[in-house]
Amino acid sequence: MTYVVTSPCVGTKDKSCVDVCPVDCIHDGGEQMLIDPVECIDCGACEPVCPVDAIFLDQDVPSGERDAIEAARSFFDGGSTP
Amino acid sequence: VTGAARVLVVGAGPAGLYATTALAGAGAEVDVAERLPTPFGLVRYGVAPDHPKIKSVAGVLSRPFASPGVRFLGNVEVGVDLTPVDLARHYDAVVYATGAPLGRTAGIAGEDLPGSAPAGDFVSWYSGHPDAPDLSSLLTASQVAVIGAGNVALDVTRLLVKDPASLAGTDLPDHVLAALRASRVTDVHLLARRGPAQARFTPSELRELGELPGVDVLVAAGDVAGARAEAAEGSRAARTNVDVLCGWAERAPAGRDRRVRLRFRCRPVRLVGHDRVSGLVVRGEREELLPVEGVLHAVGYGASPLPGLPFDRDTGTVPHVAGRVVDPRRGVVPGVYVTGWLKRGATGVIGTNKADAGETVASLLADLPGLRRAPDRDADSVAALLERRGVPVVTWDGWRRIERAEERLGARQGRAVAKLADLSAMLELAGRPTVRG
Repeated sequence: MTYVVTSPCVGTKDKSCVDVCPVDCIHDGGEQMLIDPVECIDCGACEPVCPVDAIFLDQDVPSGERDAIEAARSFFDGGSTP
Repeated sequence: VTGAARVLVVGAGPAGLYATTALAGAGAEVDVAERLPTPFGLVRYGVAPDHPKIKSVAGVLSRPFASPGVRFLGNVEVGVDLTPVDLARHYDAVVYATGAPLGRTAGIAGEDLPGSAPAGDFVSWYSGHPDAPDLSSLLTASQVAVIGAGNVALDVTRLLVKDPASLAGTDLPDHVLAALRASRVTDVHLLARRGPAQARFTPSELRELGELPGVDVLVAAGDVAGARAEAAEGSRAARTNVDVLCGWAERAPAGRDRRVRLRFRCRPVRLVGHDRVSGLVVRGEREELLPVEGVLHAVGYGASPLPGLPFDRDTGTVPHVAGRVVDPRRGVVPGVYVTGWLKRGATGVIGTNKADAGETVASLLADLPGLRRAPDRDADSVAALLERRGVPVVTWDGWRRIERAEERLGARQGRAVAKLADLSAMLELAGRPTVRG
């Protein structure tokens, strides 16, 4: 399991999630914020503080947003962690 | 204050350790005094044993102790081993992060009977907290009621009905695993005073209950009637909770060995019994007697007043402005700060403490130039003082020795960690090394 940031973050990037993430696993991925799925401890702190409801548990990501799961995984796999 | 600030953080739970991280990052010298020989507070003694991924936050919370200016003073109780005079002598500022350790109860007749306890006490017991009351007797009951509609209620319910074999790989202390294996609990009644749309469960943790092998989760259709409409106005979590509960209400029981019944708009009225609990009277649409022999109250946590600190009894917190402790009569108390549950009440998740500590530490750092400078700035003199008083201080290395012993014990049993719960055994393991200067 991991939490995932989806497209409502694009153009918003409020970053309230960064302030509450206990393991500092949410990074600026350019267009939107991204959660490192390996570092995420599934605590759920980020989900309710997102002002645009962009964050979901992976199994709950809406069908039109499922690509976000793989996008986050490949971003951090690529060693491009900021 | 010139040179590195000297700060004492009281309490080594997430609140105290996020404050420590922020202070160390700003170049302060920090001593972290912890009443127990072990760090991490509710991460060690609250987060459920079957949620190891959340417990892994301990790695992040350990980081400040890699800095030479940060020390762990375990087994040191502020107010007992260190007096207010000591604090003023050795530290420019003090950050209190002692949390809200007292489990609240429902406030109903009979709740003092044996067999009735705050859920927090049961959590402390299964987590191996050295001060926890022995609540293994609760497991002789076949039916238990859990009062509450939050994640603590879910945790204790899950631990009561979960197959003990599936907990064998967790860090539960040996005596707790043995007690759970001998448990006679077959039925848990989870009682929420309000409706499904008002429940404070984290949806993923609610769902987890429905996925337990060997457990039927039962919700009466009448209890969720109208809940979807109510939740439509609420948060996404409320909507998801209601969806999960409505799904359970439609499921037929599968005749499994253990059952959890979730009841909503169900108010506990009184406990009955002579020398221990033999029933709980509840009122939903009508009054009924649940034949339970155990009752756990998961209705929140509170703090108790700390010596020398102002305290607001209505909120159970220390009055403050942006983390600066405020005496209602005399105003801001210079050099004294508060963070975590003691500051904002028992709400939020682990990560909430990071932002909260950030606010408190920002206030402290802004105040620092105007604070009275502690006269004795030698870190070794605190260690010498505690030594003279015969306080066996557990250093970070001492804690690591306890941790390694728990890992060795676990390895012998085919699990990563088996927790120790005995205070004297832990102190013995930690040894009595001198505090690093």
